[in-house]
Amino acid sequence: MANHKAAVNFEKLLSDESKDFKTIQILDAAGQVTQPELMPNLSDDQLVELMQQMVWSRVLDQRATALNRQGRLGFYAPTAGQEASQLASNFAMTKDDFLFPGYRDVPQLVQHGLPLSQAFLWSRGHIDGNKYPESLKAMPPQIIIGAQYIQAMGVAVGMKKRQSANAVYVYTGDGGTSQGDFYEGLNFAGAFKAPAIFVVQNNGFAISVPREKQTAAVTLAQKGVAAGIPAIQVDGMDPLAVYEVMKEARAFTTAGNGPVLIETLTYRYGPHTLSGDDPTRYRTKETDDIWLKRDPLVRMRRFLTDKGLWSQDQEDQLIEQVKTDIKAAINEADAAPKQKVTDFLNVTFEDQPQNIKEQIAEYSAKESN
Amino acid sequence: MAQKTMIQAITNALDLELADDKNVLIFGEDVGKNGGVFRATEGLQTKHGEERVFDTPLAESGIGGLSIGLALEGFRPVPEIQFFGFVFETMDSIAGQMSRTRYRMGNTRQMPITVRAPFGGGVHTPEMHSDNFEGMITQIPGIRVVVPSNPYDAKGLLIAAIRSNDPVLYLEHMKLYRSFREEVPDESYTVPLDKAAVVTEGTDVSIITYGAMVREAVKATENLAKENIKAEVIDLRTIAPLDVETIVASVEKTGRVVIVQEAQRQAGVGAQVASEISERAVLSLEAPIARVSAPDTPFPFGQAEATWLPNATDIENKVKEVINF
Repeated sequence: MANHKAAVNFEKLLSDESKDFKTIQILDAAGQVTQPELMPNLSDDQLVELMQQMVWSRVLDQRATALNRQGRLGFYAPTAGQEASQLASNFAMTKDDFLFPGYRDVPQLVQHGLPLSQAFLWSRGHIDGNKYPESLKAMPPQIIIGAQYIQAMGVAVGMKKRQSANAVYVYTGDGGTSQGDFYEGLNFAGAFKAPAIFVVQNNGFAISVPREKQTAAVTLAQKGVAAGIPAIQVDGMDPLAVYEVMKEARAFTTAGNGPVLIETLTYRYGPHTLSGDDPTRYRTKETDDIWLKRDPLVRMRRFLTDKGLWSQDQEDQLIEQVKTDIKAAINEADAAPKQKVTDFLNVTFEDQPQNIKEQIAEYSAKESN
Repeated sequence: MAQKTMIQAITNALDLELADDKNVLIFGEDVGKNGGVFRATEGLQTKHGEERVFDTPLAESGIGGLSIGLALEGFRPVPEIQFFGFVFETMDSIAGQMSRTRYRMGNTRQMPITVRAPFGGGVHTPEMHSDNFEGMITQIPGIRVVVPSNPYDAKGLLIAAIRSNDPVLYLEHMKLYRSFREEVPDESYTVPLDKAAVVTEGTDVSIITYGAMVREAVKATENLAKENIKAEVIDLRTIAPLDVETIVASVEKTGRVVIVQEAQRQAGVGAQVASEISERAVLSLEAPIARVSAPDTPFPFGQAEATWLPNATDIENKVKEVINF
């Protein structure tokens, strides 16, 4: 056996660089276009609109945080830092595409058509926040990490059966890729060649657990390989790259080619949620600073200012307008009726069975006092 | 009219519903070309096409998510979970998601999903196939749990379940699939959900049960009749929510109760039936409420099934205890 040779070189397989996905970037941290040939086909007005949405989201995040501290909002998952990942991906989709958000993806939901007042009601734990008009192609933010991936796959299979020209888009985070449902969603959608875009917003931490502890995989995008679907990694702080990749993914998947997985590399500046999370327990200021220098608003602001499309005055005016809109939405949410148990009992089934009828009678009596 | 086994009645119901409503879709593991491991979907793919009756990858959670997504697209999904013992893999879709959707979205969306699954003991399956976990699902608000005990009901209840705009877990007892035939009309008909049936009328004791235990209870009743004990057998049919009216009416008539469930004793459907009777008809009782059930062990290895599963003799003995109290 002196000349025995190993059948497999596992060390080499482990270090295979082909698994290391290249990250797509168009606009660098300094607001310079690094790959002009990849520039998305967006008009000046559209570029400005995308920036407006990101500014809106940043202001919403600041105001929502303040409102939460005042006790005027409930559950809130901060979004600052993820504006390119969230709004630029959403910007590539249409109103008839179906959105499955995670709990941090309220900005996309609102841009997709959910009135802000309803988003606030959802945060406060009011049923009216989830009464979606038929025309709103979306589900409320998913709480069970991964569940949105299999449901999105289901809608995509349905769209294919209906020969729809639309697509489903769904978000999770880096932690979500560890769930079985993440893989089942990808795998089913691949097997059915369904029109779905699976987005992983990799912000580096699942609450406190760093991305490195979630998986031995070099990238999260490579998880698409096992499902046999194309996957790509994109600079999630670069709105132009996120938009372009999402737009191309939409064209690819709606043409009947099956689903796509997109990993956006991003960061949340704030805590996981405002319910007691303290990021200083698991992140360093040095890491925060590295990511703050990559800020999506800063680079888009420079890019648009250089093109003569943006000014500080314009931004200040927008900020005031957004604050006014948020105030109006909060006032509207304040006007929502008090919730009653009888209202819940009435919507547990379409036709009320005996036990529910009895309980409606019981709670009607209680609630009429 | 034709004599049909329960599995034939189920196939027939699926066939009629596929023909009746183009939004009805049947899918699961091996339900397509293979017609299901029990042949419940035999011939349906050939007749209705691969778009309507199709195989899925082998993953129950994915099947649950697929059902929810298809319902959101306006379909009426009828997924099959190959064995109810595999239900844990899709518990979030069933318990956490589809059951909650109408409520969660303030009646703006609905989940007309019928999850079919074979369950129950007595057919010597390998371990982890036969578990009687129906009681677990009955605690979940927003979903009905239906268990037919015969071919006629199986067809009518399944059609009613598929047409319901709320989710239904429809459990098919494996031992009943081919154990007997009865007259089943060829045309479409429904058997109402949420309604129990009085299978055998009697005045001395109420035997309240469902699924395969209905046959055992009827067998026991025949023996008891020889001793002039007239037992009434109630087949719950829908075990969540319960048809409390029918239960209470029977107990008020007989004053004695034996609740029979194939499942283990701890919690479950029998316990709920006992509670309802205690709350509503305790003054009609002439003896303590009795239960016949399996013991509180995991579902047994195949060779021990006969001693583990409750049977007609156990029911007969328990009825006599209650009568002689």
